[in-house]
Parts: sequence; C-alpha cells; structure tokens
Amino acid sequence: MIGELGHLALILAFLVASIQGVVPLLGAWRRVPSWMAVAVSAARAQFLLMGISYLCLTHVFVVSDFSFSYVAQNSNTALPLVYKISAVWGAHEGSMLLWATVLAGWGFAVATFSTSLPAVFRARVLAVIALVSVGFQLFLLLTSNPFERLLPAPLEGRDLNPLLQDPGMAAHPPMLYMGYVGLVVPFAFAVAALIEGRIDLAWTRWTRPWTTVAWAFLTGGIMLGSWWAYSELGWGGWWFWDPVENASFMPWLVATALIHSLAVTEQRGAFRAWTLLLAISGFSLSLLGAFLVRSGVLVSVHAFATDPARGLFILAFLALVIGIALALYAWRAARLAGGGDFGVCSRETFLLANNVLLVATSATVLLGTLYPLLLDALDAGKISVGPPYFNAVFVPLMLPLAALLGFAPLSRWKGDRWARLWMEVRIPLLVVVLVSVALAFGTPASWAMAAGTGFALWIASGVVLGLRDRLRHRQGASLRRALGRGFAGMSLAHLGAGVFIAGVTWTTGAGVERDVRLAPGESTSVSGYSFRFDGVAAHLGPNYRAVRGTVQVLRDGKPYAVLHPEKRTYLAQEEPMTEAAVDPGFTRDLYVALGEPVGTEGAWTMRVQYKPLVRWIWLGPLMMAIGGLLAAGDRRYRPSPRPERAPSPADKARAWG
Amino acid sequence: MRILALIAALALATAVAHARTVFEPRGFTSPENEERYRALVDELRCLVCQNQTIAESNADLASDLRREVYRMVEDGRSEEEIAGFMVARYGDFVLYRPPLRGGTILLWAGPFLLAAIGLTVLAVHLRRRGRAPAAPIGESDRARLQRIIGTED
Repeated sequence: MIGELGHLALILAFLVASIQGVVPLLGAWRRVPSWMAVAVSAARAQFLLMGISYLCLTHVFVVSDFSFSYVAQNSNTALPLVYKISAVWGAHEGSMLLWATVLAGWGFAVATFSTSLPAVFRARVLAVIALVSVGFQLFLLLTSNPFERLLPAPLEGRDLNPLLQDPGMAAHPPMLYMGYVGLVVPFAFAVAALIEGRIDLAWTRWTRPWTTVAWAFLTGGIMLGSWWAYSELGWGGWWFWDPVENASFMPWLVATALIHSLAVTEQRGAFRAWTLLLAISGFSLSLLGAFLVRSGVLVSVHAFATDPARGLFILAFLALVIGIALALYAWRAARLAGGGDFGVCSRETFLLANNVLLVATSATVLLGTLYPLLLDALDAGKISVGPPYFNAVFVPLMLPLAALLGFAPLSRWKGDRWARLWMEVRIPLLVVVLVSVALAFGTPASWAMAAGTGFALWIASGVVLGLRDRLRHRQGASLRRALGRGFAGMSLAHLGAGVFIAGVTWTTGAGVERDVRLAPGESTSVSGYSFRFDGVAAHLGPNYRAVRGTVQVLRDGKPYAVLHPEKRTYLAQEEPMTEAAVDPGFTRDLYVALGEPVGTEGAWTMRVQYKPLVRWIWLGPLMMAIGGLLAAGDRRYRPSPRPERAPSPADKARAWG
Repeated sequence: MRILALIAALALATAVAHARTVFEPRGFTSPENEERYRALVDELRCLVCQNQTIAESNADLASDLRREVYRMVEDGRSEEEIAGFMVARYGDFVLYRPPLRGGTILLWAGPFLLAAIGLTVLAVHLRRRGRAPAAPIGESDRARLQRIIGTED
C-alpha cells in the first residue's frame, strides 16, 4: 500500500513537473505574471511529492517488504537499520529515484532562495530545471521503476552488496548526487540567460554561489568515494581511473573551470559567452556520465546492468538536452560577448589559462574513457586504457596548473607587471627550489617526490603571500572583515590543492606495501614498525560471520597499536569480503588486510602497508569543499546585505568592471 | 577499484565486485626484481575480469599470468620482452598502457594537442583583444542591478 502511494507520488510529481516546465515558460514569453508564478508553487509541490515517493521507498526497505522486487534484490531482514536506509540507493532504480529527488530539491531551493530574481528570469530557471526533472521522472517510470511488485514475494531478500555496507559508502552517493545534480542550477541559469539574450553582473552574482555549492558537494562526494575504496576494497588504493570515477571527475574539472570563469565574469564582466558554455558543459558531462554508467556501454565493474532500453532513453535525453542548449548558445552567444579590457599579464589571463588547462584535462579524461569504444566501433582493434595512460597524461597537464596556482591569485585584475609579480614571489620561489633540491640530493626521496613536494610548497606559499597582502591592504578592519568569506574560502581551497598534491606525492613515492605469510607469533617489519601476527578468531556480526585477526604493532619494541583485519562472509551471499584494519594518522596510515589461510599451523597471507600522508589525499578535497561553502556564503551574495559600510571607490571599480 | 562505484556499484547488485585481496608472498632474488614484478602486474589486464589488473584479480587466469610474470622476471627478461610475450598471446587488450601505434596516436597526442590548441587560441584572442577595447558594462545594467540587489556590496 505504502509502495503504491510512493509510485502514485512519483507519477504526480511527473505531472507537476510537466506543468512547471511549460506554463512558466509560456508565461515568461507572453508576460503573464500568474503563469510565471506557477513555477514557484509547482517547484515546492514537486519536491514534496518526490520526497513522499522517496520516503515510501525507504519505508518498504525498513519493513523489509520483499514483494517489491527492488527491495528483494537489495535488502535482507538481517541488514542493520542504517544500511536498510542506505540500501535505497544501493542499486540502479533507487539511486535514480534519489537523483530525481535531489533534482527536485535543488529546484525547491532555487524557488525558495531566489525571491530577489526578476520574475521572468526566475520563471525560466525553474521551468528549465523542471524540464530536466521530467526527463528523469519519465526514465524512472518507463524503464527503472523501483516500485515494481514481485509476486509471489520471496521470504528473504538477497541482501545489499556487502561492499556497500560501509559508512563511507552510505554517505557517498547522496553527497555526490548533490554535486552532480546541483550543476543543473548553473545550467538552468545559463539557458535562461540565453533565452533572455542578456547576461549581466546580477546574473553572475546569482549563479556563482549556487555553482560553488554544487561544486563543493561534488568535491566532497568524490572524496568520500575515494576514501570508501581505500577502506573497503582491501588493497589500499584510492583512485583507479575507472570509467565510473571518470564520469564524476569530468564534470568536476569543468565545474572547477566554471567557478573560476564566473569569478572573472563577476569581477570584470569578461568571458561571458565562455562562462555560459562551461555552465552548459558541466551539466552535460553529468548527464553523459549517467549515460556511460547506466547504459552498460562501458565495461566497468560498476557499470549498471546492461539494459539497452535504459541506455537508449538516456542517450536520447542527453542529445535533446545538450542539443537544445547548444543550439540556443549558437543563436545567442554572439550578442553576449564582450566585457572589460585586460592586459596580457593580468589575473584574467591567468584564469583563462587555468580554464584552458582544466577543460583540456576534462577532454583528456573523456578521450581516454571513450577511445577503446571508438577503436572497437571502427574495428581497429581492442585496447585497454588504464591508470598508466591517465597518470602519464594527467600529471603533465596538472603541473602547469599547480605552477599557476602558486602566483596567479597574487596578480591584479586588468593589468599587472611581470616585474612586480616577480618581486612578490622570488623569495618563496627560491626557498621552494632549495627545499626540493635538498630533498632530491640529500634524502632517499626521488626526483618525482622532490618535485611534487616543491609544487605543494609553492601553492602553500602563494596562499600565505595572498593572506599577507590582503591583511596589509585592509589594516584596521577586524580579521574576519579583512579576510571576507570569499577570500578565506578561496585560500582554504587552494591550500587544499597543495595538501592533496603533497598527499599523493608521498603516498605514491614513499609508501611501502608488502605481502607476507605469517604464522601466529611471527612478525614482519615495515618502515620502522613491527607487525606481529597473533592469530585469528571467529567473530559474529549482525549479518555476517568473520575470521578476525589480531596484529600487534610495535615501535622500538613497545606496543604501538592493535589492528583487527577481518575476512567476512555475509550470510545472504557467499562472497568472502576483506575488511582491512587501518591505524589512521595525520602523518601516516598503517594498513593490514587479511588474505588467505595457508598451511596447517594457522598461518595467513596478509598485506601490510605503510602509507605516509595518505590522509592528506582526502584532507585536501575536504578543505576545498569547505572553502567552497565558505566562499558561497560571502556577504555579497546575500539577497539584501545590511549596509555595513559605504563602498569605497575601489570596490565600485571592482564590482562594475 | 572502483571508487565511485557506489553509485554504480549499486548497480551491480548481482555481480559483486571482488574486493582485491590477492596477496601472494613471493621470494625475489633482488629488490629490483620485486619492483619490476609489481610494476608489471599492475599494468596487465585480467582478460576474464571486468576492468581489473592481474594484480587485483583472484581469477585463475590472473593467477596463472602472475606466476608467468614472476617466472620471467626472475629469469631476467626485460619489461619489453614480458609485455611482448603477453601481447603475442592476448593482443594489445592485455596492456593497460596502450602501445603507441597508428590507431593510438590520437589517444597519446590528443591531451597535449588539446592543451596546445587551447593555449594558442587564448594567445591569439589576447592579442586581438589588446587592439580592440570592449565596451564596459552599461549604465542601464548598473541601474538595473542596483534595483535588484538593493545595494552593491
């Protein structure tokens, strides 16, 4: 009964979204205020209905109603409650429902927080979001209905994929979808601006915080996925350039370019057409990712089961959305071009270079992901494009970006002098080079590690110089006022990029991984830590049984930590799973995973790893995400800021370009 | 690995990804050999799995290939010889690092070509811009914004 209610709510949401997608557009065209006003109430109703539908699906999971085939395939009575709730997005249909619900949520948020938008513009934005919603709701209803009944109902469900029974995995999809789907907002703003045929400072001020928030969620979602892989997959890696990862990384790169391009558009009125194109591309890549992941065209362990109907639907939808947006762009972009003038040595130029590199990188990931398909289609042979390729091309494209990141934020808008920039950075640059050379020659660190460390320090020194400049120019103001959330957020995010580079450099370059066979009482030594295997014992979890090992870590002969790696067998599935044990630390992780028992004396194979700075790989993106949220909360984006101080002439010049 | 999988993973309620738990302690005659072995098994694809290296897969084929790689490394064969042996048996598909040949030139050159084209367009654009100053945002925009936002900062 509850399930049918959810199904009904989904159908109603589809109808409401259809109205929301059409009536306000007509109203904006004919200038009928009451038609335009439909958008806001429809957006609210749509979100309410999607929320009801989503809660209904959650309910049937919680009560383990296996007469729903989706529940039967992805849940089990023994599953802990928290995983019953997260199992809702544990497979295709439910994750699609989450996607559509999040989309309605963004529409609701725009309707609620955009009261200062001109009515015509607001109506168009909400209508565009609704039209995208219609596509996904139709997709759910026609090809991926999570409310389909299974009769007769089985007595027990097949259980949630054990890999997904992990806190990181439970939080990862909602966060990632918030980001993926959130890119619909800049997309809708761009399409509305194209329909209107104008873009102004107000437009960028509305668009920028929304984009930054979506980007922050996307960053956080990708970070959580990486962290999950590290802790759950049992082998200590954190990124594999799997097509599914690439599907999320491409929109991230373009969204990163977009937030930088929006900065120029806001501050200087330049790059308007380019900014619109990026806004369209970002969401298009989200859709493309959804297509690649869910159509089964890519051979990936994580690709959703192949279903031609689904693939075809998304492909058609993708073509429609991108086609219409690009056609609008081609028609209108020329009249939107223009903006403030700027010199060759200026922050505008550096930000454009940043955009070129980010977009080229995103295109590279797309190229590598699709190339095997392309060759195969042309009958030119089957090849595999994997991590060795991506690392080889990604790093050279990212290094110039890291180099830019160290000094570009110090440059001035409109025009700067190379000599002035040089004076600013020469001392830190000298220090960075000296430290890198000392690392390369004075320690066992490789050249790559010395270089990576140098880039990380370079970025950090740029952030410090930026803060110093900022405080010097705003003496007298309180620290909070002097920094401002926008600047503080940017600094934090940039520092996060440096932290990330340091983490990757040291984990890759100085990490130690050893596969050993240990009998109880034996130990192995890795990077100054001694790991003593104390045998295994049986252990019973709520829905699994496990063999749990005990590994005593000693440092300088003194007990340091005790680790309990497990080998779990989930009751509903036969597959044994490895649950690695990690002793996390700010400067290093110690990681032990159990392999297989060997011989008769209770010996096991196991993998012991020492991973320096590995936490920094997630700390960096976390800083970026927090920085993004901070920047989005800057005073100038609030609808009606309190007039706290009279704007100075410099501010005026900056604001109006 | 498959990180983001989740999402995706989700997907696969049926075909559960194997957690990669292939730990085989092997004795190597030198640390260089161990390093070469690790590098090789990390770049060879398990042909019967879905997007896994032979280092990660517990399929029988992967374990055979690992043994083969181990033997050849200890025999002192070079990386090229070992990769060549694998390609002769299984084709280019076995290599995660696609070889540079006619069909893959675009794959390897593409990224740098894209960046080069982008930067060139940027340079040309900057030069042209330098000559023709663009109009600043107009007074009407300013007034309109003021109306909408209420105040300017």
